[in-house]
Amino acid sequence: MRVIKNGRVLEDGWQRIAEPDPGQPLPEGDLIVPLDYWRNNRELLSRHNGRIAVCLNGDDSLDDFSASLDQFELVALEFPKFTDGRSYSHARLLRDRFGYRGEIRALGEVLRDQLFFMQRCGIDSYQVREDKNAEDALKGLSDFSVKYQTAADGAPPVYKLRQKQRNDERGA
Amino acid sequence: MYQYDEYDQRIVDERVAQFRDQTRRYLAGELSEDEYRPLRLMNGLYIQRHAPMLRVSIPYGLLSSTQLRMLAHIADKYDKGYGHFSTRQNIQFNWPRLETVPDILADLASVQMHAIQTSGNCIRNITSDHFAGIAGDELEDPRPYCEIIRQWSTFHPEFSFLPRKFKIAVSGSESDRAAVQIHDIGIYLVRNEEGETGCKILVGGGLGRTPYLGICIRDYLEKQHLLSYLEAILRVYNQLGRRDNMHKARIKILVNAVGPEKFTDMVETEWRRIRDSALLLDQAEIDRVQGFFTEPEFDKNAADDATFERRLVLQKDFKLWVQRNVKAHKAPGYRAVYLSLKHPGVAPGDATGAQMNFIATLADKYSHSEIRVTHDQNLLLPHVRQGDLYPLWNALRKERLATPNIGLLTDMICCPGLDFCNLANAGSIDIAGQINERFNELDYLHDIGDFQIKMSGCMNACGHHHVGHIGILGVDKKGKEFYQLTLGGSAGNNARLGDRLGPAVAKEEVAETIDRVLQVYLEQREGEEQFLETYLRVGLDPFKDRVYAPGSEDSTRMKAVAGY
Repeated sequence: MRVIKNGRVLEDGWQRIAEPDPGQPLPEGDLIVPLDYWRNNRELLSRHNGRIAVCLNGDDSLDDFSASLDQFELVALEFPKFTDGRSYSHARLLRDRFGYRGEIRALGEVLRDQLFFMQRCGIDSYQVREDKNAEDALKGLSDFSVKYQTAADGAPPVYKLRQKQRNDERGA
Repeated sequence: MYQYDEYDQRIVDERVAQFRDQTRRYLAGELSEDEYRPLRLMNGLYIQRHAPMLRVSIPYGLLSSTQLRMLAHIADKYDKGYGHFSTRQNIQFNWPRLETVPDILADLASVQMHAIQTSGNCIRNITSDHFAGIAGDELEDPRPYCEIIRQWSTFHPEFSFLPRKFKIAVSGSESDRAAVQIHDIGIYLVRNEEGETGCKILVGGGLGRTPYLGICIRDYLEKQHLLSYLEAILRVYNQLGRRDNMHKARIKILVNAVGPEKFTDMVETEWRRIRDSALLLDQAEIDRVQGFFTEPEFDKNAADDATFERRLVLQKDFKLWVQRNVKAHKAPGYRAVYLSLKHPGVAPGDATGAQMNFIATLADKYSHSEIRVTHDQNLLLPHVRQGDLYPLWNALRKERLATPNIGLLTDMICCPGLDFCNLANAGSIDIAGQINERFNELDYLHDIGDFQIKMSGCMNACGHHHVGHIGILGVDKKGKEFYQLTLGGSAGNNARLGDRLGPAVAKEEVAETIDRVLQVYLEQREGEEQFLETYLRVGLDPFKDRVYAPGSEDSTRMKAVAGY
């Protein structure tokens, strides 16, 4: 899968199986499967020759799933449409509430102008929609150099920077 | 007023660069129409009937004279020489060319202004009381909280793709002049038993197709928890708000679908998990922002002036203007002055570039360089010495800004309607013209007293028709413009949604219908009763009977009714 990760475009071994066919054997290698499919086929998947990751959509509840999180090196979040913002909350909860430290990958309608927001919510790899230039999309990560709010990326929000400035002035 | 520091400035500058590149990519074909749409909307840019429309943010309605001059410059250079002030205290330009919008944004950024999140499914401009900081009934100035919320909501990474638009208003006085109850989140500053100021939180107000008033989900919230509480509400909404039907996507639908109690539970549960996180508001930051909203240095001798009282006695039309357009100010010898943007023959809320420049000069001379935009689409000079009222009035008259009609029937709220807006079903500006023509006798208008007509050209209710004493909604019937009237709405502390009067009336019958409603009011009122009081006492029926009385079958209106 061609993704943006660690500030560059690279190819890695993950394959997404968006709609696994129950009659067919799964392909070899590292697979991203829908959360529901993983729930219903855990035994089959435990015998799989390769790593397994799950993909969550906006309807999936994290509360039911959080206990299983540490099994996964990667959790994918589906963005079915540019304007569907539910997975931003999922990303924040994965990082802030459930303390997930693995990779979070954005799939689906992932375009340059969402990347800044996704990164701030704790998503750290992005499969840009196929018809788009991933090198161009990479620029979306650095649209803004300062941030007003605290989020899941650890960037200090503006009010913390101001606080520091005040303290420095007082110290000087 | 709030002044940007290097961080605020960098954010708007980087936004200009970002939008310039988004527009370049769109024009170069790298972004499709569908991909560009949400991006331009998050920057207030609509593609309208004749041209793009750009909505510029005026946070909580506060402008400096320098900023107003820049709005005049934009009107003159990029538009047709005027702008339209909206019910959300913003300004809209109806004729910019798409290619010039990045340059307009760069001009705005040079005076600490922007168009960020003035449209789109995100948190919109935070609105407030236009009397903030000068009202006698104020517990605490709401503007520092508006500014704190503005910063928190700007490019919020989690809440930039909400199910639908999201509007927040804050009021800090006993009297609600900010229509708080019709916002997705409404905040009243209130005092607890210990005498501390905190926030009362309402959720789920909103007009549009399915109007609701906000429901109180928390009576008292300590200020330091404001942002975590907002984040909890927004997170619940972002996850559970409907996305399958845009007409059912506002938070009001969610609140009423799950029920206010369950909704409150969900918010409180989420809030408990994040209340002590980095969202906790630091008192030093509150103090810093409050430091920008201090009073200007008032003239301590302002009340000694005796010329004002003399002029009131000598000049009747000056007195009339003072009675209607001049309001109390907490500083002795000072007044707040409304500049009416409801002159007959002008679209309500419109101001020309020349007028804006003129007002900026008057603000420098008479009002500490400050101007406010009101949610009923007028402007306000907040700090005027009583001795300056007479020369100010004389100056305003020259630019048709002294129409003494604030709060009267002709002080209508009106959206741009079919003339400009893609969404509209019917015109609203020409209805305003019709009403002005019909009710042109000032004595009659004064006899009627405080009266709000609010008009929207479609269900989206930009003109807040549900909360007008008379609400007028434009509807389309087989390609013809009709108007649905409601009576008895109100936007203040005792907010109330209007009741539907009956079948829609034809365009040429709107003023006649209003006239009949007013006749009933004048006949039925007791003593000093205002329209709303009379209406609540006698109910809808007498009005309905008069408007749809038999005997008027020949009129165009009744034909329309028959065809309905």
